[in-house]
Amino acid sequence: MHKILLKIAQVGIRSEKPPGTDDALRVRATQLNGEVLRVLGRALAIRHVDAGSCNGCELEIHALNNPYYNLEGLGIKFVASPRHADMLLVTGPVSRHMEIALKRTYAATPDPKLVVAAGECACTGGIFGESYASCGRIANVIPVDVTVPGCPPSPTAILQGILTAVSARRK
Amino acid sequence: MTPALAGLALAPVPGAARAWRTAVDARQWRAGCEAAAATGGRLAALWASDDRDRAGSFTVRALLAVFEGLVCLELAVPEASPNYPELSDLFPSAARMQRAAADLLGVRAVAPDGSVRDARGWLRHGAWRADHYPLRRDAPAAGAGGGDGRYAFVPVSGDGVHEIPVGPVHAGIIEPGHFRFSIVGERVLRLEERLGYTHKGIEKRFESLTLEQGARLAGRVSGDNTVAYAWAYAMALEAITATSPAPRALHLRALLLERERIANHLGDLGYLGNDCGLAFGFVQFWRLKEDVLRLNAEAFGHRYLMDCIVPGGVAADVTPPAAAAMLAEADRLEAELRDLRAIYYDHSGLQDRCINCGRLQPRTAALLGVVGLAARASGHAMDARAFPGFAPYGQLEPRIASHRNGDVAARIVVRFEETFESLRLQRRILETLPGGGTRQPLGDAPAGALGIGWVEGWRGEVIVALESDGQGGIRRCHPHDPSWQNWPALEHAVIGNIVPDFPLINKSFNLSYAGADL
Repeated sequence: MHKILLKIAQVGIRSEKPPGTDDALRVRATQLNGEVLRVLGRALAIRHVDAGSCNGCELEIHALNNPYYNLEGLGIKFVASPRHADMLLVTGPVSRHMEIALKRTYAATPDPKLVVAAGECACTGGIFGESYASCGRIANVIPVDVTVPGCPPSPTAILQGILTAVSARRK
Repeated sequence: MTPALAGLALAPVPGAARAWRTAVDARQWRAGCEAAAATGGRLAALWASDDRDRAGSFTVRALLAVFEGLVCLELAVPEASPNYPELSDLFPSAARMQRAAADLLGVRAVAPDGSVRDARGWLRHGAWRADHYPLRRDAPAAGAGGGDGRYAFVPVSGDGVHEIPVGPVHAGIIEPGHFRFSIVGERVLRLEERLGYTHKGIEKRFESLTLEQGARLAGRVSGDNTVAYAWAYAMALEAITATSPAPRALHLRALLLERERIANHLGDLGYLGNDCGLAFGFVQFWRLKEDVLRLNAEAFGHRYLMDCIVPGGVAADVTPPAAAAMLAEADRLEAELRDLRAIYYDHSGLQDRCINCGRLQPRTAALLGVVGLAARASGHAMDARAFPGFAPYGQLEPRIASHRNGDVAARIVVRFEETFESLRLQRRILETLPGGGTRQPLGDAPAGALGIGWVEGWRGEVIVALESDGQGGIRRCHPHDPSWQNWPALEHAVIGNIVPDFPLINKSFNLSYAGADL
């Protein structure tokens, strides 16, 4: 136990300041009123859905939980059911085999709900495009509020996308 | 030395991977595989191609890993009767690869009595019909309508048996897949995996790209293993074009590969602590991983080193300040890793969860043809980096970490040992980095030439088989992930364990969904 405590004391707190919001990432006017956003912004529950990514974006979403980005310190956490979620964070082009699962996850998320599409493939279909096996970008399957480009987008960029989605400014 | 395999006449495949190929008939196909299986060989990959335009038939290839290297058996399969002798009795790992070949090209693996052992789709869910084969050359890339996505899981019956369905969307930040547990109380009687959810038509997409463009797609087959894929693809293309990368480029590739291994092992060690309830482990290891990623971005321009390896060499070089930063980082990391290893090894709660949990016995691992880290933790000290001829590793003398217990604890030990070894290799690479250029122009790619890339990524061996169309385009590209072999091993490792240990066991393998779904 003393080794654990010693390590914690030696390392100290490494968390960094979160990024500001960027309205350029917004693809549709927010459906939420300012009051709801003010409340949500303090305690946001996110359900992650990999709709067919190469798992590169997942690496950066995992990194959001590391002590540098300290997502939970901002009151944002990942939850295990869409029923508990305020936001879906979706990656990948949507593979045809994930199309139904994504639509059902969206339907199971209570209103008002936000969707952040993270990564090049989620924004445009990326290198995989549309094909017999791929529906392309997330917006081809469910409504999207904010897109975050990048292959993969950095944790800071994803965090900025999340914070933009819950910011009160309208497009 | 040319392998002796059932008297087959083997021709060397040019390139850095030590490989041979031969056209076989159905009898030789079986005889070659039987000879390999009887002498400790294993099935490295199996895939099919549509060669009706060129040879009037389909081709099925079995890539066997034998003592001397890789042997590719090539069997012509006529369109009129697209059957070939099945291999899953010799190599159980063939089963899913054969089903994938049936889904994509309509070639069927049949037993001597003419039956098909498992006629269920593997990569095909509902995105295309059972009588449509998307990888045939006359199948439109856009598809031709959906089919029936229903799937018959193997039922388990008996007093008190019930099922837990999990996925495809999982309760965490995980790729999609379905797990069907049959349990009594808390104990797992059987796990059946159903994958293929992230199938997005990668092999078809390759065929619309030029040979050079293919490198970028290869680097996105499984994002967490991008360096190994990019290297394997480059190795295959360099084999076709008779290009030899410069010594400095090879050293830099090894540096990138080891940095990918370090980052992934650190992340897994963190999650393995976390899954045992030791959040401290997650926080500390992910701090270290983030430091490595940030130095990657600074030194090479990308946190995960995507697109740094290109056909002909590398697209990034190491400046003296970057080399100094990496050497200083290695010293720091080694000290921190020793601290954290002592904490993990002394932590009774963590040891209690990991020892004897999710055991994959050495015998089972050999039978299933398991590869990579999981094989090494189950007593099989195989590693493509230690294979003769894999430059530049011959000069670096990599030491293979292994363990005989095959449990979660063994896979943790192997990860620690491999991270230390990668740090040692990184130091050696930087200290012996040759001068000179980093990128060669590629030679011509003759039509129909076959190139094979074979690289030991952090998860296991990554193989890329590439054919050119003779006009600068890709005729066929099959990327093979080690997860093909290792997913079935997870089904065995969880038998008899309790359901709450599944996330820990699964994490200890950390297999790729995207890599094997293609």
